[in-house]
Amino acid sequence: MSDPRRTPLDEIPLLSMRGVTLSFGPKIIQQNLSFDVRRGSIFAVMGGSGCGKSTVLKSMIGLLRPRVGHFFVEGEDYWAGGELLRTEIGRRRFGVLFQNAALWSAMTVGLNVALPMQMFTSLDESTIRRLTMLKLGLVGMEHAVDLLPSELSGGMRKRAGLARALALDPDILFFDEPSAGLDPITSSRLDDLIVNLRDGLGATIVMVSHELPSLFAIADDGVFLDAQTKTVIAHGSPSVLRETCSDPQVRAFMRREQADTAVADKG
Amino acid sequence: MECIVPEVAAAQATASIFEANELTHSATKDHSPNWQLRRSVGRSVLAVGGDWIAQSGRIPEFSTSDLRVGRAGDLLVFDTVSLGKWDTGFVVFLWDVKRAAANADLAVDDSALPDAARKLLDLLPDQLSEPQKLLRRGFQPFNWLGGKTIGVFSELGAVSQLLAGTAKGGLRAIVAKALIRAVDLIANTRAAGPSALVIVSVVNFLIGAILAFVGAVQLRRFAADIFVANLVGLAVVREMAAVMTAIVMAGRTGGAYAARIATMRGNEELDALEVVGIPLSDYLILPSVLALVFAMPLLYLYGCLVGMFGGFVVSISMLNITSLGYLHQTLDAVPIDQFIFGFIKTIAFAVMIGLISCRIGLTAGRSAADVGVAATRAVVAGIVGVITMDAMFAVAADVIGI
Repeated sequence: MSDPRRTPLDEIPLLSMRGVTLSFGPKIIQQNLSFDVRRGSIFAVMGGSGCGKSTVLKSMIGLLRPRVGHFFVEGEDYWAGGELLRTEIGRRRFGVLFQNAALWSAMTVGLNVALPMQMFTSLDESTIRRLTMLKLGLVGMEHAVDLLPSELSGGMRKRAGLARALALDPDILFFDEPSAGLDPITSSRLDDLIVNLRDGLGATIVMVSHELPSLFAIADDGVFLDAQTKTVIAHGSPSVLRETCSDPQVRAFMRREQADTAVADKG
Repeated sequence: MECIVPEVAAAQATASIFEANELTHSATKDHSPNWQLRRSVGRSVLAVGGDWIAQSGRIPEFSTSDLRVGRAGDLLVFDTVSLGKWDTGFVVFLWDVKRAAANADLAVDDSALPDAARKLLDLLPDQLSEPQKLLRRGFQPFNWLGGKTIGVFSELGAVSQLLAGTAKGGLRAIVAKALIRAVDLIANTRAAGPSALVIVSVVNFLIGAILAFVGAVQLRRFAADIFVANLVGLAVVREMAAVMTAIVMAGRTGGAYAARIATMRGNEELDALEVVGIPLSDYLILPSVLALVFAMPLLYLYGCLVGMFGGFVVSISMLNITSLGYLHQTLDAVPIDQFIFGFIKTIAFAVMIGLISCRIGLTAGRSAADVGVAATRAVVAGIVGVITMDAMFAVAADVIGI
């Protein structure tokens, strides 16, 4: 499939899918997926509704074992090792923002962020508190530290989920539909935040999205998944794909929505 | 078809980040994080050195009092020559400095900081706003008592209202105008009735057996062995079968109703029903209550038989009675109106369990923990309610003379 575009800078891509087929029982979701995620990029997994974007993300964070193929995390075969290796990689390197933030509803926002640190580090309470405040401060939520998730609005929940994803200083962040269900202003603020976090933390970001404005604004690489052929039909940054891709399906996706946003901009 | 787009710009961006990190991460000899504040004319220089790694847990604190050397309006600059590796631990410290400087009215010049750290620092506010708290007042006995009292009455009102709504729905259902679906009713009845047969059998059999044991030991002293049949028959039919079945149903079905409705509330399914115009009482509560009303009398009857059978087994094996004699004595001791009394009680229990657990589900919170709380409350309220109601029935029966 895709030829890994190697640059002298990163000989080994940070994340790399090789011939992965994902299925739920007999039902194949995506097949023969091959793509690389470069260090420091914001990588978008694009595609229409129901094409299996979230499933691909699920597999990358270790919740769904591929039927065939390999997924490499910095050269390490993620699914070849045992459960232990996967949890270790997940804990040390992955931060995940789930679609509905998935905050633990019985705990305050502060505890949600602090729990991974309490469980997996030997830091004392005051340091954990300081780091918790920092993570919440980075997403502009430090005032909500003692609130329960049920008292937050959708956008605040997303941001709190983001703070929790940052808890253990991961270098790879996975976002499932970060701006879904947010208004354009909140959504663009979240986009800025994501870029700043990438630049500040030096993290790599993989995000699943079909929100074109935010794809064009922040993603610098990506793949386009197709629901019919069940595989990758285009590689590249969304804004370049919009201009140059000749695949009718990708064009339709990028352009029709572009027309829609143009109308919205006028109104 | 595949489109591969060369990504020169992004690759360059990556490269610059990479170099920046490489630069800032250059190691120094002194590894533990340290800082020093030097004062010169009109400016304070904060020199930071060492490795600032959050997970090491050795991040120093910085407060306004550390800035006493500076004067308002001064400039605070950083000296990062000896800064080693750093991650968010350094940013924690920088945020402390930023807030302290804002407090002491010092201007901060962050141009000496690594790019990435500056970007993160820019995201952080100057001041720590007072955290919002849930309103939690101290314990005020009178308020508490008053609140509870009002709560009990309003809850009674709400349950009665629910009862009225459900009864109206039931009446409408008879003339086939209610929005109740036969499918729901059948599914609910199956879940409440046949699926509970095993547990109802076990509980009632053992209760009958226990009654027979207790009775046998006492009655044998008076050579009144055969009256064990009276004891078991009356106790089972009047009290035990009805109460035990109701307790099983409160735990099994009541908890399930509360959890289901609470989850639906959390998912906004109830809001969706309301908007579509499907009354909750017709669609949700009526099938739930009716299912219990259909299933429980049958379970009660079944429980009576199993309970008496339990007593029969123990009596035959322990006492000197024939099986025919036991049977005859039982038929003699338990007239049919005792069953009717039991039926009435059971139907009352069924309505109460159904209404209370639905009501608790409807008032639950929206989080996962709240669903658990609702299920627990429904079971507890159901069991306490059944026993209280049974006591009231006993008194009433005594007064009427049944």
